[in-house]
Amino acid sequence: MTKFTYTEKQDTRSGFGAGLAELGRKNPDVVALCADLIGSLKMQEFIKENPERFFQVGIAEANMMGLAAGMTIGGKIPFTGTFANFSTGRVYDQIRQSIAYSEKNVKICASHAGLTLGEDGATHQILEDIGMMKMLPNMTVINPCDYNQTKAATIAIADHHGPVYLRFGRPKVPIFTPADQQFEIGKALHLIKGKDVTIFATGHLVWEAIEAEAELAKAGISAEVINIHTIKPLDVEAILNSVKKTGAVVTAEEHQMNGGLGDSVAQTLALHHPAPLEMVAVNDSFGESGTPDQLMKKYGIDAENIVKAVNRVLKRK
Amino acid sequence: MASQVRRDILRMVHAVNSGHPGGSLGCTDFFVALYFHIMERKDGFDPDGKQEDLFFLSNGHISPVWYSVLARAGYFEVSELATFRKINSRLQGHPATEEGLPGIRIASGSLGQGLSVACGAAQTKKLNGEPNLVFALMGDGELEEGQVWEAAMYAAHHKIDNLIATVDYNGQQIDGPTEEVMSLGDLKAKWEAFGWEVIESNGNEIESLIDSLEKAKALTGKGKPILNLMTTEMGYGVDFMVGTHKWHGVAPNDEQLANALGQLEETLGDY
Repeated sequence: MTKFTYTEKQDTRSGFGAGLAELGRKNPDVVALCADLIGSLKMQEFIKENPERFFQVGIAEANMMGLAAGMTIGGKIPFTGTFANFSTGRVYDQIRQSIAYSEKNVKICASHAGLTLGEDGATHQILEDIGMMKMLPNMTVINPCDYNQTKAATIAIADHHGPVYLRFGRPKVPIFTPADQQFEIGKALHLIKGKDVTIFATGHLVWEAIEAEAELAKAGISAEVINIHTIKPLDVEAILNSVKKTGAVVTAEEHQMNGGLGDSVAQTLALHHPAPLEMVAVNDSFGESGTPDQLMKKYGIDAENIVKAVNRVLKRK
Repeated sequence: MASQVRRDILRMVHAVNSGHPGGSLGCTDFFVALYFHIMERKDGFDPDGKQEDLFFLSNGHISPVWYSVLARAGYFEVSELATFRKINSRLQGHPATEEGLPGIRIASGSLGQGLSVACGAAQTKKLNGEPNLVFALMGDGELEEGQVWEAAMYAAHHKIDNLIATVDYNGQQIDGPTEEVMSLGDLKAKWEAFGWEVIESNGNEIESLIDSLEKAKALTGKGKPILNLMTTEMGYGVDFMVGTHKWHGVAPNDEQLANALGQLEETLGDY
């Protein structure tokens, strides 16, 4: 059984910044745009090294999405940077028409997703973005779990032709995936093998799932942990193979229950292999100000709540 | 050419009893000037549009005039105009790329987005070291969308001087005259205040319009984006459609079509 440990915490947005900087060095077609949040998105390194390929847009996210769509015409690969809230809900129609429907090669890079944005409160804590983005035809939706994976995903999406939504966050979280990983879009990662229940987690909740697994093991429950970093396209085969073995499912994400990873897994199971399912997600509510840890506890999306969900779902087997 | 394009527009919208003839007729001379006199275009269709001028239609609802001019310019067969707005057609109600219609590089229809797209494409041309220009067309009612002004501010700040944007200044929108629905104020002063070089033109006199667009081209490369404030009459070319918003999104019936076609010479053969 693989055990995960960490020696360092880092924010996933810094993984994005590092990945973007590396892309700047190796792919001359990559350009970056930002809506007045360079520091928050950790884009300084790219800008310093490639000033001619960076475009400050100011506080005008709708324009940024249109600009990015236009820049693809002639071969550029634009990476847009702003908070997840302003990368999705604020500009949904621009993304829908100019990027998704028009099949433009734009990478929408969204930081400060979810509750763990923290003290800024609910106006900025978007919990609906995965749902909005996964509903759009042609859109790929990725939510990596730590610094290394976010860096690898940032680099990988430049080689994928088509619109991508890349979601990451603000708080420092454990770095537990390899620095040299190859990121494969749409390929779920088996982190821990188990036989009683499968935990499908995405983003910051992957580490919480690992901690939950350790707690469950102490109680004699064998949990399988799978990192679903790509919510669309979903790795249906990996999901079904695991659930056929374990027969019970918990999903975990920093997102609304409506429209999130749990929704996608539930749809997959209902269509192909019905099994009891519990969802660890925010239940039809906005967030509020607080520290990330306080918010994850209050809104029920931490390791403790994953353990509770496993205990509930096992009773339904 | 303009007369034939106007015939195409009327026959297309009549055939499906839907579409937007008013703005299409008003902008016919502009499209003919652009595609047959102003833009540098390569043979065939390159979606990336490298080493040629590009055009973006932001007010996508006037798709009939664009489709007709694209067909007449050789991007696809004129016979395909008969499929406009029908099931399984490449000629969608509003322009789209999904069906692969040559000549279209991005979808439009939801208003206010085209100027942003044109700015982005113009900057890619600069990054690629291409000398070519980017053209865009917007409706005047469309200027009520805030995104237009985000793009206007951006273009001046970033000195996008390989861009010529045109406003179809016909003073009409769906619910009535723009002055009643939402006053546009002094558009020349507004665009100038946003840092654009503004020229004014008459969009229904093709010779003078070509001169105006040539003048606009001569103003490029001097550090400022160019705005062509083009006065047109909605429905131009058909006496009972001129100058009213009533034909914005309404197709003529059989009798009205016959009347209208009687006013427009068939110069190149109907599709």
